[in-house]
Amino acid sequence: MNFFLLSLLKAAVVAGALLFTLAYLQWVERKVIAHIQIRMGPSRVGPHGLLQPVADIIKLLTKEDLIPPYVNKFFYMFAPFLAITLALTSIAVIPFGPEIEIFGVRTRMQLADLNIGVLFILGISSVGVYGIVLAGWSSNNKYALLGGLRSSAQMISYELPMALAIVAPLLLANTLSLGELVEKQGGAFLGVVPRWHVFQMPFPQVVSLIVFLIAGFAETNRIPFDLPEAENELVAGFHTEYSSMKFASFFMAEYANMITICSMATVLFLGGWQPLWPAALGSSYVPSLLFAGAAAVMIYHGLHPARPKDRYTLPAAGVVFLLIAGVFLLPPLRPFLIPVFWFASKTGFLLFVFIWVRGTLPRFRYDQLMRFAWGFLFPVAMLNLLATALVVALVSR
Amino acid sequence: MDIFLFILFASIAVFCAVNVVVQTHPITSALSLVGVMGALAVLYLLLGAEFIAAAQIVVYAGAIMVLFVFVIMLLNAGGEAKSAGRSQMVRWLGIPLFTIFIGLLSYIVQRSVPAGPGVSFGQFTGGTPRDVGRLLFTQYLLPFEATSVLVLIAILGAVVLARKEIE
Repeated sequence: MNFFLLSLLKAAVVAGALLFTLAYLQWVERKVIAHIQIRMGPSRVGPHGLLQPVADIIKLLTKEDLIPPYVNKFFYMFAPFLAITLALTSIAVIPFGPEIEIFGVRTRMQLADLNIGVLFILGISSVGVYGIVLAGWSSNNKYALLGGLRSSAQMISYELPMALAIVAPLLLANTLSLGELVEKQGGAFLGVVPRWHVFQMPFPQVVSLIVFLIAGFAETNRIPFDLPEAENELVAGFHTEYSSMKFASFFMAEYANMITICSMATVLFLGGWQPLWPAALGSSYVPSLLFAGAAAVMIYHGLHPARPKDRYTLPAAGVVFLLIAGVFLLPPLRPFLIPVFWFASKTGFLLFVFIWVRGTLPRFRYDQLMRFAWGFLFPVAMLNLLATALVVALVSR
Repeated sequence: MDIFLFILFASIAVFCAVNVVVQTHPITSALSLVGVMGALAVLYLLLGAEFIAAAQIVVYAGAIMVLFVFVIMLLNAGGEAKSAGRSQMVRWLGIPLFTIFIGLLSYIVQRSVPAGPGVSFGQFTGGTPRDVGRLLFTQYLLPFEATSVLVLIAILGAVVLARKEIE
């Protein structure tokens, strides 16, 4: 098939999935935080508030787009554009699955397998600071400026431990291409434990994963490192003066960065689309079993309803889940759905961790944040890298 | 395709480079410089030097220029006032003299550089991180280490200069 047509098709699928995930990630976050705080969360728009993202999008699109008279117009307009563009770009190099064949067309489940994929992501994320810095500066507002300054200092500081944490698995895999990185994590130790980078020597790479995730929290300006938008000191930080779709761009950029960080952690440390245990031991039946189990629970509760309407809604949802379980068993779709399932479940788990941490930890103070980056995280990442390098050098000889 | 991309990004680079000088506000100048770096990175990619392109973005556009912008914002430097008193001679002779100067310069450079095979796009294959790393740690190990020691000394010097005086 024509290369351009194929790329367009893949880009459309990936962009659609990404934007859908962005919209619903926000719903998931609100629900999870609500349940952590023993509340209901969004529940008015649609069943369980499932249509809340649609309502939010309509609200944000139709709000008045206010441009304050004292801002630097060009950079004020340019900053959200830059932030969202760069945040959505990095998904292009993330591999979702192995090379597959659909209708006689062989293609990778990845938009572009760059041989400098890791550097590409690092570059995009380091340039992404400009969106926030410019927003803070061009707003001509002291709170926004402080937010922008904090953010740039924070992102520069945490980029170092993050890069060092990334280098350790790269040393193990000996490649910079994300697709190859995942392929090298296939197989299992002793036939059971997957050969993911987290489980590899020297002392399992859990340290790098944790350093990477902590730096990821800071890079995406999430709690406990959300100093740039600390609402009780800085109103809303760098996006104080933004409204309507411009505000939504920053919001979406934050979530897109979160997805990028989580998929990077999956690809670098958790073996990307590789299953949790070898397919020979039945790991490819896991999605079907999970969905069928959920369906069984729903049908059981439908037969013993707590509320009158559960008699109809729960069995209907149960049948839908059973159908999904069946789809995962269809032979022509399996080589394509099962890797995506593993990739999505690992990334989804990490995203849940991000939300979980937000519901659990308080915010750092600014000096604590900087001391933590330079005084603790950086040395730990450095020591971990040195130990990994030593082992790799000794073993590869 | 290569030629089209080269012309596009080369003109972006030149435009941004001119913009660095022309703009009166330091932030605008700094961001134009970021534009130059980005366009140069694409030119490196066209030449087949992927690692240098990525390093250009990560190091120059991403780290160094962010620090520049950061400092400009901290100092809150405003726009520069246009110089009012410009002499008649500058106004009339400036552009022609500048053109002659550039012409002479390019003539001299063209004469002194021997005519060799031109640089071709996408032909060079030694630009992957693996090749660059291998060369750096074998053939060019001494200059590489000397440079890193030099950078380390510069960092130490900066720390000493920036440190508060201890009584």
